Amino acid sequence: MHVFRHLDTAASERLATRLAASAPAAHDAPALTRRALLQAAGGLVVAIGWGSHDDAYAALPGPAGIEGAATGPLAPNAFVRVGTDGIATIVCKHHEMGQGNTTGLASLLADELDADWSLVRTEYAPSDPKRYANLLFGTLQGTGGSTAIANSYLQYRQAGATARAMLVAAAADAWQVPASEIRTSKSVLSHASGKSAGYGAMAEAASRVKLATEPVLKTRDQFVYIGKDKATPRVDSPSKCNGSAVYTIDVKLPGLLTAVIAWPPSFGAKLLSFDASDAKKIKGVTDVVQVPEGVAVVATGTWAALQGRRALIAQWDESSSRSLDSDQLLASYKAQATQPGKPFAKPTQGPAPAAKTVEAVYEFPFLAHASMEPMNCVAWLHDGMLETWSGHQFPTFDHQFAAKAAGLPIDKVTLHTLVSGGSFGRRANCWSDFTVAAVHVAKAIDGRAPVRLQYTREDDTGAGLYRPMYVHSVKASIDDVGRVADWKHVVVGQSIMAGTVMEPMMVKDGVDPTSVEGVSPSVYALPMLQGELHSPVLAVRPLWWRSVGNTHTAFVMETMMDELAIAAGKDPLAFRLALLDKTPRAAAVLRLAADKAGWSTPRGGVAQGLAVHESFGSFVAQVADVSMTNGKVKVERVVCAVDCGVAVNPDVIRAQMEGCIGFALGALYYGEIDIKNGRAAQRNFDTYRSLRIHEMPKIEVHIVSSDSAPTGVGEPGVPPLAPAVVNAIARLGGPRVRRLPLARTGLVLT
Amino acid sequence: MPIMLSVNGRSRELDVDAETPLLWVLREDLGLTGTKYGCGIAQCGACTVHVDGEPMRSCSVPVSAVAGRKVTTIEGVSSRAAKAVQKAWVELDVVQCGYCQSGQIMSATALLEKKPRPTDTDIDHAMAGNLCRCATYHRIRAAIHAAAATLA
Repeated sequence: MHVFRHLDTAASERLATRLAASAPAAHDAPALTRRALLQAAGGLVVAIGWGSHDDAYAALPGPAGIEGAATGPLAPNAFVRVGTDGIATIVCKHHEMGQGNTTGLASLLADELDADWSLVRTEYAPSDPKRYANLLFGTLQGTGGSTAIANSYLQYRQAGATARAMLVAAAADAWQVPASEIRTSKSVLSHASGKSAGYGAMAEAASRVKLATEPVLKTRDQFVYIGKDKATPRVDSPSKCNGSAVYTIDVKLPGLLTAVIAWPPSFGAKLLSFDASDAKKIKGVTDVVQVPEGVAVVATGTWAALQGRRALIAQWDESSSRSLDSDQLLASYKAQATQPGKPFAKPTQGPAPAAKTVEAVYEFPFLAHASMEPMNCVAWLHDGMLETWSGHQFPTFDHQFAAKAAGLPIDKVTLHTLVSGGSFGRRANCWSDFTVAAVHVAKAIDGRAPVRLQYTREDDTGAGLYRPMYVHSVKASIDDVGRVADWKHVVVGQSIMAGTVMEPMMVKDGVDPTSVEGVSPSVYALPMLQGELHSPVLAVRPLWWRSVGNTHTAFVMETMMDELAIAAGKDPLAFRLALLDKTPRAAAVLRLAADKAGWSTPRGGVAQGLAVHESFGSFVAQVADVSMTNGKVKVERVVCAVDCGVAVNPDVIRAQMEGCIGFALGALYYGEIDIKNGRAAQRNFDTYRSLRIHEMPKIEVHIVSSDSAPTGVGEPGVPPLAPAVVNAIARLGGPRVRRLPLARTGLVLT
Repeated sequence: MPIMLSVNGRSRELDVDAETPLLWVLREDLGLTGTKYGCGIAQCGACTVHVDGEPMRSCSVPVSAVAGRKVTTIEGVSSRAAKAVQKAWVELDVVQCGYCQSGQIMSATALLEKKPRPTDTDIDHAMAGNLCRCATYHRIRAAIHAAAATLA
């Protein structure tokens, strides 16, 4: 979602206006706070937030920076409160789906605040784009495009610095000394005279301070947490290691019902009729109701709901929905690739005489996100209001669409954003599919009880919203001294933005930049590159998938670079470096990875392959060591170099690179949704396979020391992995892979 | 007919359909939500619990099959090995989204209770049934070795 770079503020304001206009007019009555609401509801206990620490927790190392809330008199801005107990509560505006941004945001703020990490708590922000917009998304509150730290870097530091300056001013006043003489460290204020006070003791007085000027931010040498390895351990580790972390599936509410939906059996199938009589006989089934998405079976528990759905008889009109077929699509895409398309890159330099030409067609399958927690959302309509609990990755969209679905004004809708069991892009979409579906179910049972809509694994995998299928066709040449002479590039595949509220802002002259990012722009100086795009429209909806267009463009660019290097008789590293003069950060990570990996020609049955790619402003190079036994590939080791600007939490960056590599390797080996008869053939982890522990290579991550503004790490580790491995396979004497996944070509055990 | 089982050292009498998978009984009848649903067909391991000390996929075990047996979940696991595993998990910051980690920890604990010094091959065998889409495998392996070192 690098895409949001293309999103100007005015356009995003227009979007917000449009969305607001689509919801009913706001009501005059003030919105109840959650606390007031809970009191109004009779003091009931809502099991969200962070459970009490049990024995298992007590066995864990010091509760550094654990989650939890504190109240505080000092609340200088929307991001921090300091209590009289000295606890600093940091409000995280981004969704935590594993990428570590809760820890990152807390590190930024706590550093400028000079807070003791053991006194830091975190909580998740409500849906309020006025206070919590992603500054790179205009007026939208949302997480994606590897932007959480990038957009918050100054904002969260300023918030912490402001709170610190107020504490210092209060102490200066109390002690009658100049503020400039007061030192702060680990939540303690001190003065050379021997006076000292904890932040808690000064919080009350600090809350009355009016700062005359904006506080000055620290210089890099003054940081205590930012860039300090393991100085701020993950705040969510303890709760995720003792079972107390609360995900959407764990929400407990009085009388909570569970719903599963009988979804259309093929993409675009329409419900004709249904017979609920057998379903209603299942003990625990309370309702069988039609919703726009299908037929919802509601029950007192998940198992009863599933039994009820099994007993439901539904008739569907599949007269026009069963024709979608991956093999036919692939053939049609290949045919389209030979036809002129919409230009996405126009050459600024004509082709040079070609000495050698490489022509290649690449085939990429549909991919499901398959986060460990299948999609789900709790919705509760009560007292003229709607509350939802979910992994709301784009709260602004979810809020607006939930209000619209409920027929309520936006201020009558409260979102509770919980940590989610992964997303990889799935929980963020511009129509809020599973949130809206949950609201539809809540409405269909007349708000009689809170209800959790739960997707099964099969529902989740079969729901569409896939990384689209793509075909690339490339014809590239080198001249007689081995320089790139010509490059013609055609891309065929669904536009992710088309048909969404983002389309008017994103798609220019028929080109969705997310279809071609990584080819144009790319890190390479290729002024002769001519690019054309075809964007077919299908019944199955597309969606961004961890690193978006770069999932396929990096593969094509980086494997073609190797093919051209071989054609030119040059070393793949040297061949690339010659094209990277204008992108020194790309060249630097490539050199670093090659150096640390001991870049060499194949030896001892192991070959190395390399790749470099820029995505979301971060540069990542990877060298994969690959062996083959009986024609089956094994990735032994991956050496990764990353330049993401200032490395805020080095250990989180390492973890994201490791995770990106394993995620991308699983997709390279097995990832494929095959559409047959209008539906996904793979529905669960037995057929939609994922990497397992014995397939995980050894990984080394090297982080470039940088003063540049921080950029993201949640996605940029994905794109270089597949081409690096595939380049190594070719260097081992294996086939030149142009169709993914490797399972398709028999290169992995299936 | 009520089903009796022991969960985390407490005996429980449950009036549920005998065919209900143990997973849903733990989560919805007993409120033990640390055990997660991931696939429902014993392919991902997110629902791993111990039954009489053996790791089992609770999504695929009917509750009647564990009648009279001792079930331990992430909320109740408390052996020396379990504490070492949890501590290593936190010290190495293994988790990302965290959703699979209860199951990972239960599988790793069962491994260390049998083999206090597992080899990498032992780890592959014991942990290959636990999927992690965040691919935290690199740290899972390191944390198991780290926990083993503290148990020596």
